[in-house]
This record gives sequence, structure tokens and C-alpha cells, in this order.
Amino acid sequence: MFYFIYKRLIQSVFVMLAVAFLAFSLFRFVGDPITQMTGVETSVVDQERLREELGLNDPFISQFGRFTVDMLQGDFGYSFRTRQPVAEMIASRIPATLELGVVALLISLVVGIPAGVYTALRPRGVITQTILITTLIGISIPTFVIGIMLIFLFGVQLGWLPTFGRGETVNIGFWESSFFSIDGWRALILPAVTLGVYQLTLTMRLVRAQMMDVMRSDYIRFATARGVPMRQLYFRHALANTMVPVITIIGLQFGGVIAFSIVTESVFQWPGMGLLFLESIRFVDIPVMGVYLVVIAFFFVVVNLLVDLLYVAIDPRLRV
Amino acid sequence: MKEFIKRSEGLWLFTRSPAVMIAAVIAILIFIGAAFAPWIASVNPYDLGSFSLMDGLLPPIWQEGGISQFMLGTDDQGRDMISSILYGARLSLLIGLSAMAIATVLGVGLGLAAGFYGGRFDAIIMRIADIQLALPAILTALLIDGIARGILPPEVQQDLRVVVLTLAIALSLWVNFARTARASTFVEMNKEYVQAAIIMGQGPIRIMFIHILPNILGPLLVIMTVDLASAILLEATLSFLGIGLAADSPSLGTLIRIGMQFMLSGEWWILWIPTLFLVALVVSINTLGDFMRDVFNPGLR
Repeated sequence: MFYFIYKRLIQSVFVMLAVAFLAFSLFRFVGDPITQMTGVETSVVDQERLREELGLNDPFISQFGRFTVDMLQGDFGYSFRTRQPVAEMIASRIPATLELGVVALLISLVVGIPAGVYTALRPRGVITQTILITTLIGISIPTFVIGIMLIFLFGVQLGWLPTFGRGETVNIGFWESSFFSIDGWRALILPAVTLGVYQLTLTMRLVRAQMMDVMRSDYIRFATARGVPMRQLYFRHALANTMVPVITIIGLQFGGVIAFSIVTESVFQWPGMGLLFLESIRFVDIPVMGVYLVVIAFFFVVVNLLVDLLYVAIDPRLRV
Repeated sequence: MKEFIKRSEGLWLFTRSPAVMIAAVIAILIFIGAAFAPWIASVNPYDLGSFSLMDGLLPPIWQEGGISQFMLGTDDQGRDMISSILYGARLSLLIGLSAMAIATVLGVGLGLAAGFYGGRFDAIIMRIADIQLALPAILTALLIDGIARGILPPEVQQDLRVVVLTLAIALSLWVNFARTARASTFVEMNKEYVQAAIIMGQGPIRIMFIHILPNILGPLLVIMTVDLASAILLEATLSFLGIGLAADSPSLGTLIRIGMQFMLSGEWWILWIPTLFLVALVVSINTLGDFMRDVFNPGLR
């Protein structure tokens, strides 16, 4: 088992190196950093001197090495657009995106798993059919349209909830949180639901498929024959065996949540990383784009490692 | 005719499912409307001289103040909504179809080759596919778009917008085709007809495209339909985010973005009619895709 984790760690390091390489190539080859930094009146001689000073004439590999070492020390360079350190810009946006993503994921699980179990156990009921049709529609409507619809209904028509921004936030050290005020929670509801709906349908469909599969298996049939109470049968014997694939999907969904948070943050003007990434694309702010990639890849790697560890915790067969 | 329908299982299933028939009718109507937009639409929304500010913000005909010249109302510039939507759908479909076509050619070509040659080539292609599969398509498309903005000189950016957008979408969708084509090719490779062709000394290109490709088309057709819907959605999302097409050549996504400004002021039709149109288009294509999957994989029924 330790060997397994060790192998995964090595793999993760290589993934991070590959992404860092991609980010560096972006930075180095998309547009000329010197023209971005200097004005029109800078002479060619001065430009060349700056190029030499910054080490842009060094061999590619040594430039990449320096870039990686700087990154490991938390130096991510400066934004072309705002001239601020990229590390600060991104760090200040991380809490907003993570809080939105975590709440969306929770909605997806808390609603999706029971709905999946129910629709698998009562496949012909009226409620099941209603749920299935609703999710079919939900999966076909693009995220941004769901956002607009929620804004229109709950923000404009009913006026119950705020439709943009994070509301009142509380500072806990470096972490700006909207979890500690009613206003913050109210602002969180619509974006989180928007982001969670699509993931919810995925969770539900997966749990349903797994559950139906397990219910058909021999050990469930024998347990039924032995007279195991239904409740115990469903939740102890059946549900536990659907958990491994469900955890895989949570790991995969995390990527979806982060990517679609770009759309959701744009609809609700939610000041997270996604909104920053969009702005950086619009202004061709390459350093911010590159670092966003690296940060996202880092989250991916961490989540996938956690998922692997969870496998071991949940499935005793893997502990050998 | 009846005999023919009975013999073709797909057509028989088609006549038995009203939802699929409705979806097909909607999709075909939108395709025709988009293809013939210049002849159907009453004004050209790209031609500033063909509409007038005096007609701005007229509601649809069934609402008070609507006039029969503009059945679905006008936007703030006085553009006829029907014309805007037809031209918008034309652009959306043009980009969606070309992106899907490029993704198909690229993905099927690489997938066939990977399945045929196997070995290191296969490993490299599939590694790239795995990495890309971990990233959601929208992130890939955004990134490619961002890179294009950095590389292309500013003079040509506006002119190449449609091309960049199409390529960005195509490059984020090819993976599905490659994986499916590769998996089916592996299966076909063990069959006698392929072995026979190899022994007869036929060239790899001939074997891949003349012999294997026709036998793996079924699942690929399903992916083409589903990916057309994804491509249209991706384009709409990018344009909605303001990364795709600009306001002077609006696609459906751009129209929705413009309509957002009127959400608070009561001109509901500017936002909701294009939105409804987009959702109807995507839902019908997805329904057709689901139907085709059922036809090609009877096991799922």
C-alpha cells in the first residue's frame, strides 16, 4: 500500500512538472515578454539589455529550471495587466472559488446520492419518473442559462436573493469567507445551485446505475433470502458497495466544478479565480493564465491523491 | 413505403417515439431556417442601414404594442428578433458543424491509426487523450482561444474570430472520437477480413479507411450527434462569456449576453427568445443522439 501511494506521488510530481512546462512555454512563446513590459519609446538597445538582464537569452532548459525554482518559492511573476504579483492576485481569489465549489459539490452529493438510491429502488414509481425527466431537462440546459433563469426568478421577480457578488465577507487571517454572515450565505445560494445542478444529475445517474447493478447481484439475492431486513440490506450491503465508483466521480467532478465555476462566476460576477482567468484571457495576460493552470493542476493532483487514499480507507480489499 | 419502414429497425423505432419525431422536426426546421436565413429573414442584422432605431424595443406581436412587421419584437437597435435569431443560429450551426467535422476527421484519423499500429504511437496518442480528458472541454477551448489571442497579430484577430473559435472547439472535442475509433479498431483488427487484407499486402491507408472505417461508423455517428450539441453549447457559452463572437456578428450566445442587459427593464423577449431557441436546438439534437445510441446499441434498450 505504501508502494502504491509512493508511486502515485511520483506520478503527481511529473504531472505538475508537465503543467509547469506548459505554463512556461505559454509565458515564453506566446507574445514577447519584452514588448509587453516596455513602452513604444524604449530603444532596441535598451530592449536587448533588458532581455540579457532578465536571462531571456539563456538556454531554454536553464530558463525553465529557474522558472520552476521560483514557482516552488512562491514567486509567480507579475501580471502584464495590473503589474501586481500574480501570486497575490490568485491567492486572494482562491477562497471565493473554493467555497463556491465545495458548496456546489455538497449540493450535488446531498441531493444526488439519495435521489439516485431512491430512483434505483423504485424504478417504476411516479416520483422516480418525475425526477428522471427533470434531470434530463437539467442536463440539456447550459449552465449559464440555468444561472440566468435563477437570477430572473429569485433575484428579479421574487427579489428574495442577491444576484451578484459575495455579499458580506469575514476575514479569517488571509481567508476571506462568506460562510460567517447571513448575507454571505444568501449570496452563495444561487451561484452554488447553478454550479451544482449539472454535477447533481451526474451523481444521481451514477449512483442509480451502480445501485441497480448491485441490487441484481447474487449476494443481495442471498441476503434477501436469508431474511436480512430491507433497511439494512439497502444501506449496509448495497450502498456500501456503490461507494467506490461514487468517490471516483467526486474526484472527476471536482474538475468539472472548477471549470464550470468560470461560467458561473461570470454570470454572477462572483470574484473568484474563474472570473480572473476570464479577464486574463480577454487582456491576453499570459502570466495569470499560466499560473491559473498550475494552481488548477495542483488542486487536481491533490484531490486525486485524496481519492486514492479514500479508496484504501473504504475498500478493505485494497489494503493488502 | 410501409414495407420499407418495417424492414428498417431504426425507422420503425422512429415512428414509434413521438418525442424523437418532435425533436427531429424542431432540429430540421432550425437547420433550414439557419441555412436559408438570408432569404427568409426580413432584414440583415449585420447591415446597419437595413433597420432603424425608430423601431427599437417593440414587443412581440401578441403583446400590446407589437406590430405584424416584427412578429417576435425588436431589440434596442430596432433589429427584428426573428432575423437576428436566424442569422445567429446560422453562425452557431456553422461553427458547431465545422468544429464537429474537424474533430471527427482528426479524432477518427488518429484513433484508427492508434488502433491499427498500436505500440508506441498508440501509447502517445492515448496519453495525450487521457490528459485532455481530465480537463473539461470548456477549459481547453478557453485556453486555446487565449493562446490564439496572444499569437495572432491584432489586425487579423477580428477577421479570424470564427476560425479561432471553431478550432478551439474542435481541438477540445476530438478525444471522444479518437477513443471510440481506437477501441472499435482493436476489435476489428482481430477479424478475418482485416487479417486477410494484411496478408494480401494491402497498404495501411487502404485497410484503415476502406476496410475498417465502414465497419466502425455506427458508434461514431452517435458521437457526432452528441458532439454537435456539445459544440453548439461550447460556442454559445464562449460567446456568452464574451470570449467568442463580438456583438457585431452575434451568434445565439452573443444574443443571450446582449439580452442580459434587458433582464431588469422588462423587455423580456430580447433575452428569453434566443435562450429558448438555443435550448430547443440543443435538447432536440441531444434527443436525436440518445435515439441513435439506442438504435446502434440494442443492448441498452
